[in-house]
Amino acid sequence: MAKLILSMDGLVLKEIALTKERTTIGRKPHNDIQIDNLAVSGEHAVIVTILQDSFLEDLGSTNGTVVNGQPIKKHFLQNNDIVELGKYKLKYVNEAPAGQAKAADFEKTMVLRPGSVKAAAPVPAAAPAAAPAATSAAAPAAAVSAKNFSDTVAGQSSTGAPVAPSKPAAVPQGALQLLSGANAGKELDLTKPLTTLGKPGVQVAVITRRPQGFFITHVEGASFPVLNGKALDAQAHSLNDHDVIELAGIKMEFFLKT
Amino acid sequence: MTLSGALEVASCTDPGMVRSHNEDSIASDGDQGLVVLADGMGGYNAGEVASGMATTVIITELQHLLEKRAPYEIDAQSGQLVAHKLLHEQIAKANTSIYQAAQSQPQYAGMGTTLVVALFYDNKMTVAHIGDSRLYRLRGDEFQQVTKDHSLLQEQIDSGVITPQQARQSQNKNLVTRALGIDPTVEAEIHDYDTQPGDIYLLCSDGLCDMVSDDDIGLALHTLSSNLKLCAQHLVQTANDNGGRDNVSVILVRVLRDHPAPRSIVGKMMSWFK
Repeated sequence: MAKLILSMDGLVLKEIALTKERTTIGRKPHNDIQIDNLAVSGEHAVIVTILQDSFLEDLGSTNGTVVNGQPIKKHFLQNNDIVELGKYKLKYVNEAPAGQAKAADFEKTMVLRPGSVKAAAPVPAAAPAAAPAATSAAAPAAAVSAKNFSDTVAGQSSTGAPVAPSKPAAVPQGALQLLSGANAGKELDLTKPLTTLGKPGVQVAVITRRPQGFFITHVEGASFPVLNGKALDAQAHSLNDHDVIELAGIKMEFFLKT
Repeated sequence: MTLSGALEVASCTDPGMVRSHNEDSIASDGDQGLVVLADGMGGYNAGEVASGMATTVIITELQHLLEKRAPYEIDAQSGQLVAHKLLHEQIAKANTSIYQAAQSQPQYAGMGTTLVVALFYDNKMTVAHIGDSRLYRLRGDEFQQVTKDHSLLQEQIDSGVITPQQARQSQNKNLVTRALGIDPTVEAEIHDYDTQPGDIYLLCSDGLCDMVSDDDIGLALHTLSSNLKLCAQHLVQTANDNGGRDNVSVILVRVLRDHPAPRSIVGKMMSWFK
């Protein structure tokens, strides 16, 4: 369950659990979180909570609502966000359940049946006033990335969306240096999760970059790539520093970058 | 009717890095142009039971029925395309089987499953889906999600509450608004799409798209398109490398050639002799 920690000048005043669908913040006494300070408007802001997600919305307050230093109209709260209202600070805490077993259990797919969760139904009604402003700029279409990736560096292109929270931090860096052929001496950084080598239709191998290191796998063609003088089979093989790969008549050396 | 040689199918399924059970279930019949993927839910092994029932009922019944009726014909009684009629009926049948099992056996109470089915015929594909298992298409350089999840997040995106980018951060993942076997009846979303030779279709459970970004999935399909089996294994491996918090299943289908329906008498004769 998400909560807010109200503090002023580093002094914690209270904790508020976000149990209600709408939690109002303001100077007037009828608010769920009353902050009796002249910098705070009578009805200053509201937090709409939908199951595990909470959205903060400024209600046209005089002095505005600031999240992590940025003034906002509507904001999708993330764990450890700091909401500032005048001299007061509200820290939003919404920690994912701790422990692997518990987390796995929690993540199990569940069916949300109409009427079973009251909070879900009023969502569209509660939010549309501020929603268009918040969404139109960021998402012209709901369709997910129809991206032309002819030669974008996928390793970088995908960083915008932190999909996997548990993605290992240290991904190894590696490169290939061509030892023969027209481009001998040329270096190729292996920055993508997948890099193909060879000639399509003749012989192709792929180098995959994984948390455990680099691996080479045969993709197509009658002959298999040769690693340090030995022909590979259809399995993936891990690459070690200074391994020599022969593929489609070209020799190249793999090396790790530190 | 057979599509033999028109489609190449490769698949891979894995329990992932955290779960002990694989509650996903996949089935395919390339000659009939039929692929089915289901992601079960429910306590103990009930999820596996639900997804297994869904894929088994749908694939075996449809295999049988497609021997007798061509999916591109129009059903005389209902005026529907036979493909739609058959999918509707068999999904309803699978739903009833799962629902009744869940009602009658306490250990299966509350079980259900998502579903995505694709049926290829006549240079077309009919896709039926329920829940958050997806179908994507790679055509040329363009990689696109074809199905739209039946999930709380998708509804929030549609109503403008959150953006697709924000949806990635949401804690409300895994909440589907439709599933097979939960209620006495269920409405599958069914659409038709044209197919082209060279298209690659990906059916996957949320264990893939929650762990691997669409860009990385598209890159894998694009780079490894010449070896579908390797591509399927690579996608599962990437999901596991990223944490593998859920079961991961993928089915890849490549359209190898045109497969128009043999409509004329001569065409039908030819197809018999093939």
